[in-house]
Amino acid sequence: MTVAMVVPHLLAPYADGQTTLALDTDAPTVGGALSAMASRYPALGDRVLTEQGAVRPHINVFVGEQNIRFADGTATTVPPGTTVMIVAAVSGG
Amino acid sequence: MPNPGDVILLVGTMKGGFILSSGPDRKEWKVDGPHFPGEAVYSALLDQRDGRSRLFMSGQSMHWGSTIRVSDDFGATWSGPERQAVRFPEDSGLSLAQVWQIEPGRDSEPDTLYCGVEPAALFTSRDGGVEWAPVEGLLNHEHREKWMPGGGGLCLHTIVTDPANLERMGIAISTAGFYRTDDGGNTWQARNKGVRAVFLPDQQPEFGQCVHKVAHHPSRPERLYLQNHWGLYRSDDWGDSWHDIANGVPSDFGFAMQVHPHEPDTVYIVPLTSDQFRVVPEAKMRVYRTRDAGASWEPLTTGLPQHDAYENVLRDGLTADPCESAGIYFGTRSGTLYGSRDSGDSWAAIGGTFPPICSVRAHVVDSPQ
Repeated sequence: MTVAMVVPHLLAPYADGQTTLALDTDAPTVGGALSAMASRYPALGDRVLTEQGAVRPHINVFVGEQNIRFADGTATTVPPGTTVMIVAAVSGG
Repeated sequence: MPNPGDVILLVGTMKGGFILSSGPDRKEWKVDGPHFPGEAVYSALLDQRDGRSRLFMSGQSMHWGSTIRVSDDFGATWSGPERQAVRFPEDSGLSLAQVWQIEPGRDSEPDTLYCGVEPAALFTSRDGGVEWAPVEGLLNHEHREKWMPGGGGLCLHTIVTDPANLERMGIAISTAGFYRTDDGGNTWQARNKGVRAVFLPDQQPEFGQCVHKVAHHPSRPERLYLQNHWGLYRSDDWGDSWHDIANGVPSDFGFAMQVHPHEPDTVYIVPLTSDQFRVVPEAKMRVYRTRDAGASWEPLTTGLPQHDAYENVLRDGLTADPCESAGIYFGTRSGTLYGSRDSGDSWAAIGGTFPPICSVRAHVVDSPQ
């Protein structure tokens, strides 16, 4: 399936200038979409995921309007036609 | 672009890095920055070995991770690796949180650099800072599982090399203590005998001390000075044994420590009230200097605020330039940068108000080769 992923404008340089990505994945989950993203755009993957493949602590991932922290994490299912969105958390200081 | 003989100050803050430059007289400073606004810059370095003029700056974005960027034109342009160059191997189970320290190798190994990171590990580059690899002997150290993070995380923040012995170097970790290798990094031994750990039931453990900074002079590398989480020490045998040198300081708690560039027995510290109240004692901004390797200390106050100064200087916030009349500099957590052109006898603020200052490093620009 193809998953649409929206990434912050700040990270577009690491995705050939795009903020909306079309990612082919066999696994209809957030983990599958993130893996496809990191495989196709490794530098983008470094900024969203740690070396161990975990979502960085101050990044939120949404499936539609659902934050995956309050669903099944990276095992959260991505229904057909639903957008995965990468968002910087409101952390700061 | 700076000219040969100019003095460069690399000021790392919680909100970006600044490059200050001055002529050799160090009277007027030009402030350039912030570079990487919004990122915490815990370490910066100007590497001038082998004819280079290469700036390194580590930046940590709270959101997007930690990166080392490089400039060969004094910050006019930066190149950062597309991929995260300092990265843990997958089988380590570790992920980079922060680059705490970037240090050049010896002059005899001009393409070698070291960096210390959180979680505590040492990385080496053998190609001038492009590719980095973890030092496996430390990464897989048998003590690792018992190391505990301090307030700043489990960080390897200090790297001291022996200029005459390529096989020997030391590192300091909060909270693990001081470790030394004598075989080029293959094996590492805890060297903390005599250093207290007041926060542990056994106050003299083999390791587990919260060492805040270690400093030495390259002309006498075996003589190490150590600022501990409570405790001020000196070793004359590369860390085999440590002796208390808190003679006449208002507190032996502190973070920053710097050796004079030309006098191996002259050392600077900034004592803080306590671990529970991390500001300078009596709200007086005082740098303390010893000229006899810690037998005695004197407060340096001329030009520094002596009342209502609730200041704190972090572990890499104190540095020196190599000018004949040594420049000593420190930056505070409230964002004030001070400099002295006379080895600390008198001080003046430099620039405006910065974001909280994490690190300060001084260099003199070499003539091009």
